Amino acid sequence: MEVAKLTNVTRVYKIGQVETRALNGVSMDIQSGEFTSLVGPSGSGKTTLLQLIGCLDQPTSGKVFIAGQETTGLNRNQRADLRKSAIGFVFQFFALIPTLTAYENVEMPLLLNGKSAAQRKQRVMELLEGVGMADRANNRPDQLSGGQQQRVAVARALATDPKLILADEPTANLDTENGEQVMEIMKKLNSETGATFVFATHDPRVIKYASRIVTLKDGVIDADNRGS
Amino acid sequence: MINYFKMAYRNLGRHRRRTILSGLALAMGTALLMFIAAFFEGEMRSAMESTLHLSSGHLQVRDADYDPDKLSVAWDYLIENPDHLAAQIAALGPVETATPRLVASGIVTVKDDSAGVEILGVDPASSANDPYRIVEGQFVAADDREGILIGYPLAQSMGLKVGDQVNLLANTSEGAVDEQLFTVRGIYSTGTTAYDKGIVLLPLAKAQAFSGAENRASMIFVLLKDREQADAVKAAIPSANFQVKTWRELNSLLVLVNDFSNAYLAVINLIILGVTATVIVNTLLMSVFERTREIGILSAIGMKGRQIVSLFLAEASLLALGGIAAGGLIGWALSLYFGKVGIFFGDLGMSADLLFEDRIFTFLTIDSALNTVITAFVITLLASLYPARMASRMEPVEALRKAQ
Repeated sequence: MEVAKLTNVTRVYKIGQVETRALNGVSMDIQSGEFTSLVGPSGSGKTTLLQLIGCLDQPTSGKVFIAGQETTGLNRNQRADLRKSAIGFVFQFFALIPTLTAYENVEMPLLLNGKSAAQRKQRVMELLEGVGMADRANNRPDQLSGGQQQRVAVARALATDPKLILADEPTANLDTENGEQVMEIMKKLNSETGATFVFATHDPRVIKYASRIVTLKDGVIDADNRGS
Repeated sequence: MINYFKMAYRNLGRHRRRTILSGLALAMGTALLMFIAAFFEGEMRSAMESTLHLSSGHLQVRDADYDPDKLSVAWDYLIENPDHLAAQIAALGPVETATPRLVASGIVTVKDDSAGVEILGVDPASSANDPYRIVEGQFVAADDREGILIGYPLAQSMGLKVGDQVNLLANTSEGAVDEQLFTVRGIYSTGTTAYDKGIVLLPLAKAQAFSGAENRASMIFVLLKDREQADAVKAAIPSANFQVKTWRELNSLLVLVNDFSNAYLAVINLIILGVTATVIVNTLLMSVFERTREIGILSAIGMKGRQIVSLFLAEASLLALGGIAAGGLIGWALSLYFGKVGIFFGDLGMSADLLFEDRIFTFLTIDSALNTVITAFVITLLASLYPARMASRMEPVEALRKAQ
């Protein structure tokens, strides 16, 4: 089943009089359950592609579909609604809200989705256990290591059981051990829940987990390899 | 539902010093607003009380031809048989007291020192004389033919004490001048220097005899139980041979000053609240800039613009609640304290019959306290709308990019 689809997507950034073509006519689809790596050198358009799939940005031209729904033309609120129900994010920096505990960070998307207190509690603890952070549920981000924070971020990304989880350089700020741990967790969740993951990365440690590797170069898809 | 206030409370706790300073600015602004409101209220009440109880009364009944500016005791200007009229007016329900008074101009002389005064002939038994508090000696008796009461500042400036003699010169009804030695029976103070230094009191009967007014008075001085009844009482007084003036008519300037003081207070409020609001906007703007990344994250996980606005408004509300509550308490305590001990200004002078006491006692009404608190709260929330909306309009991709 198709989770995301891009048709001839172009994204041009204009800074002053200078136009930068970050993506140039990219077309691709992402199937349910895939564990996809977007790879390529800096400036190749990985992050831009991820942001467009994640409805954080809109293409200059072309169309983006999430679960069959066209997202181009949606207003800010409609995009926010789509993000909160269908898409989870893991960022390069440890993107937790510093004033909230690990528990509350994971709970936030559930609150935004209007889940009951009982539903939230059950789901948050299930997710924190899944990433091995149940015993740190009441710790705030500044009391957690980088690896632990990223594990909480993964739990948060999965909170609403989204169709698609997007991760931008999720291991970039982690040491080898923590990077491996985070990738193992995501791979396990991918296998167990069938959640679809798309990574932008140049980390070989991430690439080796991928079931599909899409290589970008100068804003276009240079190669698209589906492995086992 | 998201507990915005829990998040807001924690966010405010991130930069405690900044939060405390902002709260303090709000507290000081609120306290100042409350105190100024109490000061103005006290000042206007004092002016109103002094002017009505000492000078104009709530109503004055005068002869149809009477001209207060002339201070004339010519018979044409005076009311005949005033006791009878005063008794009739005093019998009206809303009237607290009605008493005849004679007003004449005179000069007090002690050795080489002299001062122009207004001679007020009063019925010593009337409760309308209560504001003349005796600080030395005693009040003049109704049948005292040689006694005089003088104000404390006049006694001070002329070096007079009880038992001393003064020469009083007065205009008479025939247009002549008469003089007599009087003995100071008492020294009074109304707390209003400007008034006390220019008024001497004689028993009405003596004032009538001395000035040649005989059984006549300049006015019936009327005090009501409720001054708002003035128009109703005026309508009940036969006015064929009299002019009946209410306190509003007699004190049009005071009424105007009272209204003007409200406008003046509004301008001061706006200035103080403007400065306070700037502090709040500044605090929240700094918070927005520092938390660009968080706003991006919250937006990325699906928080809508209005929810981000709510988050910042919750912070502003907590800041406002803390600051305004503290400021309200300080303002209330200051108003209460200076309402008891007063603020001494000394002789504020007398202009156009406006009397101010030497000491102003602050008076905080529930209305002005509530007004201040609600206005400060609303202004704080309005001021926080700008940074809140700025946060809500951040594009998530821009916010996340800036944060990296």
